[in-house]
Amino acid sequence: MSSRTVAGPATGPRAGGERAPGDRTAAARRGLTRRRTLWFWVFVGPFAAGLALFTYVPLLWSVGLSFFDAHNTVTPTRFVGLGNYTAMLSDGAFTGSLRTFLLFTAFIVPATYVLSLALALMVNRVRRAQAFFRSVFFLPAACSYVVAALIWKMSIFNGVRFGLANTVLDAFGAEPVAWLSTTHPPWYWLVIVTVRLWLQAGFYMILFLAGLQRIDPVLYEAAAVDGARPGPQVLRHITLPQLRATSVAVVLLLVVNAFQSFDEFYNLLSDARGYPPYARPPLVYLYYTALGQGQNLGTGSAGAVILALIIAVVTVGQARWFGLGRTDADG
Amino acid sequence: MTISRRALLAAGAVAGGGLLTACGGNTGRGGGGSGPALSQWYHQYGEPGTEQAVKRYAAAYEKARVTVQWRPGDYDRQTAAALLTDSGPDVFEVDGPTLDQIQGGQVADLTALLAGVEDDFNPAVLAPKKYDGKIWGVPQVVDMQMLYYRKSLLKDAGLEPPGTLDALVDAAKKLTTRKTKGLFLGNDGGAGVLGGTPLYAAGLQLVTDDGRPGFDDPAAARALAKIRRLYADRSLLLGAPADWSDPSAFLQGLTAMQWSGLWALPQVQKELGDDFGVLPFPKDGPAGRPAVPVGAYAAAVSARSRDREAAEAYVKWLWVERTDDQEDFALSYGFHIPARISLAKKAAKLRTGAAAEAVRLTTDHGHAEPLLWTPAARTAYQDALSRIIKDGADPDAELRAVLRKVTAELDRVRNKKP
Repeated sequence: MSSRTVAGPATGPRAGGERAPGDRTAAARRGLTRRRTLWFWVFVGPFAAGLALFTYVPLLWSVGLSFFDAHNTVTPTRFVGLGNYTAMLSDGAFTGSLRTFLLFTAFIVPATYVLSLALALMVNRVRRAQAFFRSVFFLPAACSYVVAALIWKMSIFNGVRFGLANTVLDAFGAEPVAWLSTTHPPWYWLVIVTVRLWLQAGFYMILFLAGLQRIDPVLYEAAAVDGARPGPQVLRHITLPQLRATSVAVVLLLVVNAFQSFDEFYNLLSDARGYPPYARPPLVYLYYTALGQGQNLGTGSAGAVILALIIAVVTVGQARWFGLGRTDADG
Repeated sequence: MTISRRALLAAGAVAGGGLLTACGGNTGRGGGGSGPALSQWYHQYGEPGTEQAVKRYAAAYEKARVTVQWRPGDYDRQTAAALLTDSGPDVFEVDGPTLDQIQGGQVADLTALLAGVEDDFNPAVLAPKKYDGKIWGVPQVVDMQMLYYRKSLLKDAGLEPPGTLDALVDAAKKLTTRKTKGLFLGNDGGAGVLGGTPLYAAGLQLVTDDGRPGFDDPAAARALAKIRRLYADRSLLLGAPADWSDPSAFLQGLTAMQWSGLWALPQVQKELGDDFGVLPFPKDGPAGRPAVPVGAYAAAVSARSRDREAAEAYVKWLWVERTDDQEDFALSYGFHIPARISLAKKAAKLRTGAAAEAVRLTTDHGHAEPLLWTPAARTAYQDALSRIIKDGADPDAELRAVLRKVTAELDRVRNKKP
């Protein structure tokens, strides 16, 4: 039997329109593939269209708008080249907002990392009611940033003598502190950092818990046999190296989240008349530039592009630095 | 019964279509009356009864079906965004309109609506609604800000109501005790609410009548340095649960003096009886004068309105012809001065006591933010003021930087036409 004879039935219908069993199988397979493709687009298509329409088109539009003068309009009017970019980069308020972000990142990333890891280590060691403690620490993650910010602002850290924090201070005979209005010392950072810590530490604790539970107990047993002392020594030489992939992901997420900080800053510090310059992160500044009464959508778009580029560069740089995705075989 | 996939898809399409129709149907139009459908937006007023009142006015209009939308939240940004689309309001309240909204062609020219009655509108609040010889918004009511003080506390401290900025700084310091602060200018130390008021008190302006920066003068830095002294002396209340617009801090005895608005007067009167007085922001320096900031929400018509003529006719009916509704809106719910001089003069509630004094202060010393004071200029100035007050930044250097920004902004808007 020649190969042609073998291939024949699979390549087309026979004379007289009759189909061999092989033909039917191939046709059925093609039909199945077509149906699968159809259903793929039925389910994915609307979301892909929505993503394109509501994310990619505005994104590209915004990039285009950043090269035009666009006050109170989303239609490009006068081409200004890189004028909006120059204006943004020479704007002290915008560069100041980037400095605010850097300071915030310097506080929040290590603080959240340490706290969530500590919580995960504690919860992981609990022998009874672990699910209960896991839920207790995770629950704040379900709370809205707006609600938490208002509780922090109006109840715990308000500046008068009957605020919760000031009541505690009063018990020690100290003067009330205007937590959100004092820049020397900058007590507002305490408010901003604690609210975010409370909200997000539980989420990252879950990530660390998952990482901890994937560590092979044999490693700890081997370390014990080799004489490693439980505690810092095991943490340093076994736990942390084993959590390397989780740690990289956590730090990455923390940095990106810090760049996107808006809700707690805005709700803690803004009022009907404006926003103080000392704790204005980039997104809040861009919100006021593009969507405030100034409606400077050209400059606002340029700022958004600059911010997106910074986030991309930092994220990629950090991922490469920490070796995200690198396997042990890669060295 | 089995349902085929085709039948399920058809049912889904019908349900989806119905849902979309339902969403699209809520356009904010409709309501009573006949004629074209108009949508009117208001920001959320705090005073009970205001919403029902404006809905009642709209329902009484017979030449169009007006639907009122009462919008809580960040109203200025909501309207600014809505004006970029075709689904925005036909008629809306605006804290402006801003120069960029006028130059961007977002609001209709309403000059013809005020023909013959323009002189009856308070000139201090009408002036910022004018540009290029045309009127772009009809002032609804006049809001003003002033200094509330507790007579008894000042008397106990042996103080007279402060007539100068120096006296205010001294009084605030003397009135500060462990439980009560001397003065409340807002939780940000006054940067937001005071704005240009200290400059006006020093005899200056934000923008001169011929469109130049009006604070290129040593008196400006001197006045702002005194606001810093209030902060440095620890005389200012900071971090109160309710901000300056709410008189709670004053009524709870957290502060002896508070900067707030006329709207707070009925509440203060109810709680404190006669134990309070009102003052303008005190003058500073030999060329100084008392300063009273005034402002007005205006009724504007969107240039993208599908029935602009009907919208303009409605604005004329409500905010020019219906003087009884205007008086009701100003005085029956909150406490504002009617924008029409004739109505303000005859309003019984404004003829006696602190209310009459507030009206006099507005007439004698009222100043509004000029139209040329753009949001970008305001942000630059407020940022500088915040740094001066809280960080002790050099007022001279800060004001020089603001001057550059304001000059650039004035150049920008001067080169544009509506």
